[in-house]
Amino acid sequence: MYRYQDFDRAFLAERNAQFRAQVERRIDGSLTEDEFKPLRLMNGLYLQLHAYMLRVAIPYGSLRSAQMRQLAMISERWDRGYGHFTTRQNIQYNWPELRDVPDMLDALAEVGMHAIQTSGNTVRNVTADHFAGAAADEVADPRPYAELLRQWSTDHPEFQFLPRKFKIAVTGAEADRAVIRAHDIGLQLVEKDGEIGFRVLVGGGLGRTPVIGKVITDFVSEAELLPYVEAILNVYNRFGRRDNKYKARIKITVNEEGIDKIREEVDAVFVRTRDEFTGFGDVLDRIKADFAPPALEEGRGTQAYSDAYEQSPVFRSWADTNLTAHRDADHAIVTISLKAHGATPGDATADQMRLMAELAERYGHDELRISHEQNVILPHVHRADLPEVHARLSEAGLGTANVGLASDIIACPGMDYCALATARSIPIAQEIATRVDELKIEHEVGHVQIKISGCINACGHHHVGHIGILGLDRAGVENYQITIGGAAGSDAALGTRTGPGFPAEEIVPAIERILTTYLDLRCDAAETFIEAYRRVGMAPFKTALYDKEQSRDAA
Amino acid sequence: MPPRSFSPKVVTANRLLEGDAVWLTPSGRWSPDMREADLIEDEGRAAERLAEAESQAGLVVGPYLADAKAGPGGPEPTHFREAFRARGPSNYRLGKQAELTGS
Repeated sequence: MYRYQDFDRAFLAERNAQFRAQVERRIDGSLTEDEFKPLRLMNGLYLQLHAYMLRVAIPYGSLRSAQMRQLAMISERWDRGYGHFTTRQNIQYNWPELRDVPDMLDALAEVGMHAIQTSGNTVRNVTADHFAGAAADEVADPRPYAELLRQWSTDHPEFQFLPRKFKIAVTGAEADRAVIRAHDIGLQLVEKDGEIGFRVLVGGGLGRTPVIGKVITDFVSEAELLPYVEAILNVYNRFGRRDNKYKARIKITVNEEGIDKIREEVDAVFVRTRDEFTGFGDVLDRIKADFAPPALEEGRGTQAYSDAYEQSPVFRSWADTNLTAHRDADHAIVTISLKAHGATPGDATADQMRLMAELAERYGHDELRISHEQNVILPHVHRADLPEVHARLSEAGLGTANVGLASDIIACPGMDYCALATARSIPIAQEIATRVDELKIEHEVGHVQIKISGCINACGHHHVGHIGILGLDRAGVENYQITIGGAAGSDAALGTRTGPGFPAEEIVPAIERILTTYLDLRCDAAETFIEAYRRVGMAPFKTALYDKEQSRDAA
Repeated sequence: MPPRSFSPKVVTANRLLEGDAVWLTPSGRWSPDMREADLIEDEGRAAERLAEAESQAGLVVGPYLADAKAGPGGPEPTHFREAFRARGPSNYRLGKQAELTGS
């Protein structure tokens, strides 16, 4: 894990002191709200429906135990005892008071964290594969590059007033767990002739105009990464539209200018500027040393795991859904579900955060990850420790065996918190999860991703959900549109609308009909929801959704 | 020419320090309880009261006029967004629903 240098600490201390003074000047009337708003947004402070909201970056989703404990402490001391983990690997506090925010930022700085550039038209938190450094299938750990990008983009003078916000995601594996195809820049680590480099995608994004990112180059070397990314930002800064907020993201620039033209422009800047990028090789080497893989325990048997797997159906169920293959066969990657049936997706109480920190410290080499799927990961747990880890998690309400299943739902905060939302997301997620649990069908249904957004901005990634739900305001009533067939991985695709939306009280039965329709039509249990959809298309789902409506009306 | 129809309004904003939703009362106080809001039936008066709110940048942020209707206990929201602001989030008993007595 990256450890702050004196430079980082001094920079944060200065920024936090500046913001403290800005808050004081706002309160004493020296600054108007119009003057203060961009300053607070630069520091991650929003004003939402019921309160301020502080969005804290968790760079590439990685946390040490001490950081998780500090997040818990902050939630208890200045908030309401919980935090909400988001689809961009941030944590949001929903109830801070303005006067307390500078203290919260100082407390974050104590553990090397901040809220800078979690808002505004800047390069946002750089996200990464939550299994980075542990996955069996990765070319290399993407986090050192994500950290390099974080350092490069933080307070970068050229990119503080971009046409619009800018999101970068990095993955180290072919299997895309970081949704790189739905980011302004997506980076995939690849190996070519023994050399590590990057495939670079540009112009992906969800929101009002969803677009799957396009490959701008198949390979840039490690040394070329920063100049190349900077060249893209430079071109975007010049060509990106500032006349219309809804056409300002780079995906529109790429669509309007064409990927070939953008590539030409980027290459022109890149050729001109790449030689100016000297000296960051040492920085990258130092960062890589910070991310050295943990010393995994060898020679210790995994009998305790095998015994528990054989004897306990509850443990077995959890192991089958919540564990992922580690690069070391004696270890496993544990995904802790923050999706207990009926709970708010992505929320963790202070007690739960402290427990996860303790487990990471005792059994997981002090490492935690936050996934864009709003779960928490212990990336390196010895299999012999899994029964104990599972038992401790279960006692704290964190043992739900549902990762990748229908109740493992991504949901944005929606209109319960967010000032931009057009409808609620959280209660829909809670009700769907509760319903599939009542029916006891989710293990039979198997892998399906349901993603819910409470407005067109798509923080809940609904376009790339196998089943997507978009909450809208239709003539003063909450209404939910369904899409089917989206995908977020290396097979990324945008979902197709099923037809007219459903009112809040009909959306859960509608989702249930989709799931049971799939069970009826799949070839066998091995054919997943998305595979079945790709085979049969929309028609049977449409029939299930809408013909039933008609027959009920006729009855 | 008949007067244009004007749907009743309340002036609402968020408090600068706490950030919570508040409503402008007939006496010019900011209340966390929407039922205490001044229900404004006249367009000209709505503009006046909004201007009054906008002059209080030291107390509140982002004042605006929201549609409302008369209810037995005082003004009530007509749109679900305003109903959530007046009540609090639906996933936890936090915000107004926990803070206001008698609600």
